[in-house]
Amino acid sequence: MADIQELRRIASQVRRDIVRQTHYAASGHPGGSLGCTDFMTALYFHVLHHDPAFHMEGKGEDLFFLSNGHISPVFYSVLARSGYFPIEELATFRKLNSRLQGHPATHEGLPGIRVASGSLGQGLSVACGAALSKRLDGDDKLVYCLTGDGELQEGQVWEAIMFAAHNRIDNLIATVDWNGVQIDGTNDEVLSLGDLPGKWKAFGWEVLHMNGNDMADVVETLEKAKGMTGNGKPIVILMKTAMGYPVDFMMGTHKWHGVAPNAAQTENALSQLEETLGDYPYPAQ
Amino acid sequence: MLDQLIATEKKATRDGFGAGLLEAGKNNPNVVALCADLVGSLKMDAFIDTFPDRFIQVGISEANMMGLAAGLAIGGKIPYTGTFANFSTGRVYDQIRQSIAYSDKNVKICASHAGLTLGEDGATHQILEDIGMMKMLPGMTVINPCDYNQTKAATIAIAEYDGPVYLRFGRPSWPVFIPEDLPFEIGKALKLNEGTDVSVFATGHLMWHAIEAARELEKEGISVELINIHTIKPLDEEAILESVRKTGCAVTAEEHQRLGGLGSSIAEVLGMHYPTPLEMVAVNDSFGESGTPIDLLDKYGLGVADVKAAIYQALKRK
Repeated sequence: MADIQELRRIASQVRRDIVRQTHYAASGHPGGSLGCTDFMTALYFHVLHHDPAFHMEGKGEDLFFLSNGHISPVFYSVLARSGYFPIEELATFRKLNSRLQGHPATHEGLPGIRVASGSLGQGLSVACGAALSKRLDGDDKLVYCLTGDGELQEGQVWEAIMFAAHNRIDNLIATVDWNGVQIDGTNDEVLSLGDLPGKWKAFGWEVLHMNGNDMADVVETLEKAKGMTGNGKPIVILMKTAMGYPVDFMMGTHKWHGVAPNAAQTENALSQLEETLGDYPYPAQ
Repeated sequence: MLDQLIATEKKATRDGFGAGLLEAGKNNPNVVALCADLVGSLKMDAFIDTFPDRFIQVGISEANMMGLAAGLAIGGKIPYTGTFANFSTGRVYDQIRQSIAYSDKNVKICASHAGLTLGEDGATHQILEDIGMMKMLPGMTVINPCDYNQTKAATIAIAEYDGPVYLRFGRPSWPVFIPEDLPFEIGKALKLNEGTDVSVFATGHLMWHAIEAARELEKEGISVELINIHTIKPLDEEAILESVRKTGCAVTAEEHQRLGGLGSSIAEVLGMHYPTPLEMVAVNDSFGESGTPIDLLDKYGLGVADVKAAIYQALKRK
């Protein structure tokens, strides 16, 4: 289990992986990936009880489901850096014949992925199903799920939110990447989420708040959430992040949702992110 | 063989599903069931009474149900989802596509009240496009049993098959003619009558109409080969080709749109491997309406007389 200082070092490398994956693929979604890096790093290197040897059923393990599948670069990086597959494979992201599809998929057999995601709104339902399966098996490990905030505009999410509370699914910790922006602009411009904490509370969930770009707060809040499980209510963490964090020119705009950096932008971004664990190599041309 | 195809009684295929689900639950502790507020219609009560902890009531939220089923399958369960065919397919197509089919999840999508024979509720609920939608999904097995016994056997058999399955059945009380003890083999066509003049390939409720048509035509000296295609995907191409090589013409019968149904699957096989005159008994690019099941089948060209007419036409084109 890594300490805060070590988690920050890993997160810096994960962010380099995100910039380099999207640049090399000339496509992908760097903004949300960078914003969620601290959370994903804390999850995979501090919080989850998981086995990189990977067993689909995950019995006796904590499970994580990424519902907003477009932030696959951060998912792939933490999986590779955790030992699920070789880091060199990150260079195949979005390329033909790769296991690292544009959006996460099980079809090519990439270890660490349990369900395809990308068509939004589906992950929380799957996470609820996995949590029910653990309950049926008497498995006391937890299920985690990350969704986007714009994704909450999908009706299915609210079906799952209602279901989880009604069925007292208390082995589930959902997190919302509340960065306030989506492809076409801010949430408030596109379709306002209104009183988001109030909505989750009204549906019967325990609501926690967290600064998703402060590693100490991320770790502390996740530990707190774990301590609240088993009490008859599902838990959601509303996680404030900045899209693109901490790359200066990618922050404060929705423009880096789904745009890959060019060579100069990549060099600029990487100059702001310390190489801590060693970059994975690009294949020889 | 035709004399043995006698209706012993009338029972709904959905009752066969309910009975089969209970058996599947007894056979395998991993079988779990979900329902979107239609427990009575799907005949799931016996399973619920016997295995209350293995039943999940999801309310009127079919999209969530499909995701829950995918999550349960990840944990090694064998989820059977239950709702009407309309809400099992069109309403949740993307959930099935991404979370179940593309993700290779062992989910059994059990769909009642398919087709016109749903009856009085009308076209909002009478889905006639579901076979087409589901057979287009890579890796999806599509099964449409023809009576109570076959539906029960299929419901039991799919628990032993690892992969996503669409199981389609219906509402009305319908003749029971498949032997109770006949094992269900996924993907294997079932020859019900040996014939020499024409091959009739039928699925679901229309199998009975094909039998009745064959009985009447036998009196006219027409020998009808009756083949039940309970599994539309994967299709038993060998059985189909073997039959038409003998008879030289074919008729398909189904309670579904012509476009995208069993008939179009068989037309593809014949077109590619053995071009043969083919007539299709199916709904012709139309929605249904309210009415009794039999009246609706007659109005939309799916009656016994329509199967007979299609057979005459196929014979004429030989």
